[in-house]
Amino acid sequence: MEYALTFEQYQEGLEKGKLLGLHCNTCETFTFPPMGTCRNCNGTDLKVAEAGGEGIISTFTVVRVAPEGKRPPYVVAMAELKEGPSVIGNLIDINPDEADMKLIGKSVKLGSQMVEGDVYSSDDCRVITFSLKEG
Amino acid sequence: MREVAVLGVSMTKFGVSEKTNLEMFTEAGLEAMSNSNIESKDVEALFFGNCLGDFEEGQMHMAPFAHAELGLPMSAPATRFESACATATVAIRHAALLVGAGVYDVVLAGGTERATKMGTPLATKTFAMATQSQHEARAGLTFPGVFAMAAHMYSSKYGVDLPELKKNMAEVAIKNHYHGTLNPKAHFQKEIDLDTVLDGMMVADPLQLFDCCPFSDGASALVLAEAGKAKDLVKKPIYVAGMGQASAGSLYLQQDVTRVKARETAVSQAYKEAGVGPDDIDVVELHDCFTIAEILALEGFGFYEFGKAHDAAAKRETYLNGKVVVNPSGGLKSKGHPIGATGAGQVTEIVEQLRGECGPRQVEGARIGLVDTLGGDLGTVCNIILRS
Repeated sequence: MEYALTFEQYQEGLEKGKLLGLHCNTCETFTFPPMGTCRNCNGTDLKVAEAGGEGIISTFTVVRVAPEGKRPPYVVAMAELKEGPSVIGNLIDINPDEADMKLIGKSVKLGSQMVEGDVYSSDDCRVITFSLKEG
Repeated sequence: MREVAVLGVSMTKFGVSEKTNLEMFTEAGLEAMSNSNIESKDVEALFFGNCLGDFEEGQMHMAPFAHAELGLPMSAPATRFESACATATVAIRHAALLVGAGVYDVVLAGGTERATKMGTPLATKTFAMATQSQHEARAGLTFPGVFAMAAHMYSSKYGVDLPELKKNMAEVAIKNHYHGTLNPKAHFQKEIDLDTVLDGMMVADPLQLFDCCPFSDGASALVLAEAGKAKDLVKKPIYVAGMGQASAGSLYLQQDVTRVKARETAVSQAYKEAGVGPDDIDVVELHDCFTIAEILALEGFGFYEFGKAHDAAAKRETYLNGKVVVNPSGGLKSKGHPIGATGAGQVTEIVEQLRGECGPRQVEGARIGLVDTLGGDLGTVCNIILRS
């Protein structure tokens, strides 16, 4: 069975500012980022759909000891999208030293940024970013 | 299924070693066989755990080399297992399943790791390879980062102010370091206090250095056999009462990262098979890779209600002589965490506890013990309940 939405297609979406995921025709659940089956019912009757790009921070950390090739400090966060799924990305437009518990529950706008590949994980690719919404 | 027993167990000292992965595993394997009163020719299969030999020594496919080092018969297949930090426990579970099923009568299982060889930046990188590569690792998520996110969510979800939670997390490290002083094979054998933890460098907010287990080198191995055979070979076989293993997806799929659902599933399988519940467990070796991880595990086992285990160490309920003794070996935090060997080290501790061989850290009268090992960012949990 053909993979519904490959990582390459997902990346092409991010490149164009689209957050491509999968809508399940069986249970109406939205799966994001894409994977082989519906995250709720494991169904395979899926169609490509776009997320609106709004979410709420559910947790975060400031990475200060980074993997080889990464420059700390930076903020990694998890946000729950309006459509239901959660996703991990980098909270940008914030001084990492000012990240504190008040971030949890804040509304964010999703985007993406390029990260460089390395000898292990090959190509450059885009990862999800979160920006705090005004107010 | 036939009843399965653990015979001889062994672990090297955990810490920083100049020995190769194979040398460490050979020492542990030979000792485990000797303690089981068997010879190499008696072993019918090797269940071999290693995670990162590829990066540590440029060595993949280590199992057949370990097999040769130990002088095992060619007819005894040697297979590598990798389940991130749960590697050795998963290897042992599969060994026990195949003995239980009657495929083999006597097998050797365990693991080895030489993590310090990589240095912190590469070790941090390679450990993070056990998160989802495209959607987690590429955003720079690290293992301290995973549990740091769990700690922040725990604070928010249960309304435990972060300074209070951090103090209670520090008490977990203080306890496990204290237990480690009683274990001559522990990576660290020195007591620490609240200031040691709270003055430590920040690794991933809110986790400081002493909230984190070390990168360690070490190996551990044990012999499993059909129970009838075990009784002929050793005085005190320790029986596999129940096991469980469960798998969950990436961290973002789990959403509520204060609940390790794979553990809740795995431990309930183990309880059911063993015919016991949380109140029956006398001693636990659990996966305290970070201080918050011990708190999550205590809740996942059903020892405490969700949101209520954070001050268990502060109240000394998890110390030696406490309500339920947690990580008498010092745990990953103090005994060390050579990831491919960790689970076998946990089983070794529980077996020795149930045999009454643990000296100053002996849990008096321990009859039933629980092993808990978590792999990856909450993706794998394997539990083994042992009884004397």
